[in-house]
Amino acid sequence: MSGAFRIPGAGHIDRAQPLAFRFNSKSLQGCAGDTLASALLANGVHLVARSFKYHRPRGMFTAGNEEPNAIVQLERGPHTEPNLRATEIELYAGLVAASVNCFPSVDFDLGVLNRLASAILVAGFYNKTFMWPKSFWKKFYEPVLRNASGLGVAPDAPDPDIYDRLHWHCDVLVVGAGPAGLSAALEVARQGLRTVLIDEAPEPGGTLLQRPAQIGGIAGAAWAARAAAELDGLANVLVLRRTSVFGYYDHNYLMALERRTDHLGPGRAPGIARKRLWHFRAARVILATGAHERPIVFGNNDLPGIMLANAACTYATRYGVALGRRGVAFVNNDHGYALALDTQAAAGNLSLIVDARPAADPELARRAAGAGVRALQGHVIARALGGKRVRGVDIRTCAGTNAGRVECDHLLISGGISPAVHLFSQAPGTLRYDARLACFLPDRASQAVEVAGALNARLQLASALADGKAAAARTLAALGRAPAALATSAALTASSAASAGFVPPATVAATAAGTPAPGPVPDELHIEPLWSVQSLLGRKLPGKHFIDLQNDVTESDIRLAAREGFRSVEHAKRYTTTGMATDQGKTSNVTGLAILAEALGKTIPEVGTTTFRPPFTPVTFGALAGRDRGTLSDPVRITPMHAWHAANGAVFEDVGQWKRPWYFPLPGEDMQAAVARETRALRTTAGVMDATTLGKIDIRGADAAEFLNRVYTNAWTKLAVGSCRYGLMCKPDGMMMDDGVTARLAPDRFLMTTTTGNAARVLDWLEEWLQTEWPGLKVYCTSVTEQWSTVAIVGPNSRKILQALAPDMDLSNAAFPFMTFREGEVAGLRARVFRISFSGELSYEVNVPSWHGLALWQAVIDAGKAHGLTPYGTETMHVARAEKGYIIIGQETDATVTPQDLGLAWAVSTQKDFIGKRSFARVDTRRTDRKQLVGLLPRDKSFVAAEGSHLVASPARAVFDPASGSPSIGHITSSYFSPNLGSGFALALIANGRALRGQTVYCVRDAGPQPMTVGDPVFFDPEGKRRDGID
Amino acid sequence: MLRIGCPWCGEREEIEFSYGGQAHLAYPQDPHALTDEQWAQYLFMRDNPKGLLRERWVHSHGCRRWFNVERHTVTHEITAIYKPGEPPPARRA
Ligand SMILES: [Zn+2]
Repeated sequence: MSGAFRIPGAGHIDRAQPLAFRFNSKSLQGCAGDTLASALLANGVHLVARSFKYHRPRGMFTAGNEEPNAIVQLERGPHTEPNLRATEIELYAGLVAASVNCFPSVDFDLGVLNRLASAILVAGFYNKTFMWPKSFWKKFYEPVLRNASGLGVAPDAPDPDIYDRLHWHCDVLVVGAGPAGLSAALEVARQGLRTVLIDEAPEPGGTLLQRPAQIGGIAGAAWAARAAAELDGLANVLVLRRTSVFGYYDHNYLMALERRTDHLGPGRAPGIARKRLWHFRAARVILATGAHERPIVFGNNDLPGIMLANAACTYATRYGVALGRRGVAFVNNDHGYALALDTQAAAGNLSLIVDARPAADPELARRAAGAGVRALQGHVIARALGGKRVRGVDIRTCAGTNAGRVECDHLLISGGISPAVHLFSQAPGTLRYDARLACFLPDRASQAVEVAGALNARLQLASALADGKAAAARTLAALGRAPAALATSAALTASSAASAGFVPPATVAATAAGTPAPGPVPDELHIEPLWSVQSLLGRKLPGKHFIDLQNDVTESDIRLAAREGFRSVEHAKRYTTTGMATDQGKTSNVTGLAILAEALGKTIPEVGTTTFRPPFTPVTFGALAGRDRGTLSDPVRITPMHAWHAANGAVFEDVGQWKRPWYFPLPGEDMQAAVARETRALRTTAGVMDATTLGKIDIRGADAAEFLNRVYTNAWTKLAVGSCRYGLMCKPDGMMMDDGVTARLAPDRFLMTTTTGNAARVLDWLEEWLQTEWPGLKVYCTSVTEQWSTVAIVGPNSRKILQALAPDMDLSNAAFPFMTFREGEVAGLRARVFRISFSGELSYEVNVPSWHGLALWQAVIDAGKAHGLTPYGTETMHVARAEKGYIIIGQETDATVTPQDLGLAWAVSTQKDFIGKRSFARVDTRRTDRKQLVGLLPRDKSFVAAEGSHLVASPARAVFDPASGSPSIGHITSSYFSPNLGSGFALALIANGRALRGQTVYCVRDAGPQPMTVGDPVFFDPEGKRRDGID
Repeated sequence: MLRIGCPWCGEREEIEFSYGGQAHLAYPQDPHALTDEQWAQYLFMRDNPKGLLRERWVHSHGCRRWFNVERHTVTHEITAIYKPGEPPPARRA
């Protein structure tokens, strides 16, 4: 037997397949077809959680995706998944789950002490209570809070599962496979359109599986199965089960999460992706997302055993589970009244309906009498009684008179409906408040979408079916596929539907995208809005009155927020945290804003709703990442010499997507020792570096020189063929964008180099100006970064090494001067050799077609053996360039730095115009107190400042005093230890820094300010004698 | 995510494109003839309508060509796409 509370013969479960599972270390049994929630309830387990703030006992409150209480940790080890809703977990054999937020156990919970201290846990408690004393936050409040609250725990091992991603285009996407969604999908699918129908449940049917229903003489569940079978059989239709649409984005782009193996249990479907992330692009969308039921706020309305009426009906009808032996219902509308009677019909355990209205629908009242259920009209429940389970209710008349106490072990609530407008609202669509139904409904859509069913306020089965057909007809018409008769041919007719309240569909007009079309008249709910019993009776009642069960927000929290001046619903939401838990307030948002409206003396439409954002239900990071994990998370770019670097022990650094050797440690060397050795070699003998990653752009055309004149700050028209020039690029605002050396290969052809990380951006920049501003210029840009391998041979011995490889090339200073290039043979390869330097040393950059890169590298290494040639990486390159005061874009610059700030005015033409020039005449760029590039030497030579450190003018200013504002006069942009200087050194941007040369500034750090002396940014060989070599 | 019709390649996903900001802001003929205020207007000031905006896009991961789009900033509906140099279409009512 699968539980003492199983109703004989009821439910769509398979009693022949008992499933053993464990919950909080207790062994229990359910059936195939159960959810974890229904299996627990079948065993009489209501208490499943402790609440977030007060650690109050909590039980299942719903039967679906809106569940606020029954949040569990599923499975253990690497498969464990926190914060899942027990109402959505399909039971499988051997399932292991545990409550979250309970210490040490759900039955005995130390956190209940919080209840004694509940006076301090009011609205905004995060902001108020724990602010003082400040030092207590890190040491006391935070650890205690983190331990006591927090939901589940993340797995501590890598995720062993695989996750898929699929893109899908369709004509019509139908979200929700309840009666409206099914009937809509059948209509469009039968027209041959590429149709997708998605539902979160294991089988289509929605409420047809949750309530007793008849369609055309057959049971609702059987009708749904038949419809699903028809759709499954159509080649143009995709039916996705166990799939939640969680985001509705622009241009009918929707995303959904399919749970493919979770219902089997971890590790039971090897090789099959556990979840699949679907990306849909739909010509048209039909939303049939249904409605959530809404609670009523009264004293202790959070006790286990208190549940929404539709959940009670679902547990009885779908799972054959009774919630207890003696139930009471509390309603204010006919829909909830009918759900209570449907529950009674299946479970037979309802004794009383407390209805706040003077009268119910006469037909429903007759049904109640016939079912032996007493109905108290004009009454309310003031308070529930009990500890770990509800055991009774205090009843009053709507006038406030005490009307006695009734015992019960469960309580059904229905305060109205909240159509699931989330996806429609994300689309984005506007909402309107319908006073007659006391709920928000879709109003104006902004995309090609229709709404149908309960989302469109069609609550009766027959009208939902008809509304689905009507939405389908509008959709077909918009796609130009509508047979004229279709719109009015409601095949699933009123006579075949069991409900009494059916209204025949009005003539459906095909309308333009997004305008809601007139359909059947919405069903009557006969609701009398009742948000809070306290406010109805106009007096304070005992107990806690909860609005948001998951975040433990009470009615008094909302009222307090209103008193404290939170008038905007968005602010009140954040202050009280209403609707900000993992359930996103599906059962609490509307109640919260209604009570806020009342407290502010406004109407509900005046207050309005908060913004609905994706995801509708939580999505795991594993599913979002899909296969993009580890080495597949980002493309890796390597140079042709990579294998040599790896084989020779290089430690790599990521530069953009490139892997660049950072340094080449010898056995036993750490980074500092390796860099010291590499730097010394480069300055005394020779070093070799792989410079292949440098961006290279081929620029040609009759106007190439004129083009460079416009984009670079210096002049290019007179540059001789065979020569190179260092160039700066600025944005129109005059701020530095990129720098690099460009060579003139021919009168109409240049080779531009860019910063490694900026290559794509610079090419885009050039294209943008050519295409949008100067389409008349004859210039063509091509990226050739990957076509060339570049080997930089650097240092006093570089000429000897190159000469050995290129015996025919005249390398004398006279024949091959600095800032020129020559073409010829190097190591038997056709090469282009540039005499440029990023270190201040004599240096040659040899370029060969990429596929010869490794051969060239190897030849250089071999030729260099006799000359002390040492391979070096980016760190040594940085030290060497910083010793010379050469900047790096993105390190010395940050989009607020001009060439003049960096001391590069010499590279800025005063004659010609160029992009950014006008900005150098702006008041802001002419300020004398702009930050300027300077060099810093520490008084303590061993001190190497952290890059980004702030600098202050005196040690006293290193202590922050809010009264005197920011004491920072600048910051350190580059900082290294220089073996050549025998000292740490730094480049820095300091306000009016060049005027401070010779003075002392202080680097701010935890251990106390460090004095540093301001000087020129060039630390090494300021005369530049070394670039021609040392003879 | 938008679906954008490149005038040369056809409909593609937004991830293939890059955004280029407001369209029809020509680089001034002679920036030096402008006052600081006029130059700042060109540099920094952009329309921010709740409604239709004409803007530039480039098909970065396709043909790498620039073009103009008229888009509704609330609904993201694209009401026109036209090539550089072509006149913007008349605004819809
Ligand atoms: Zn294109």
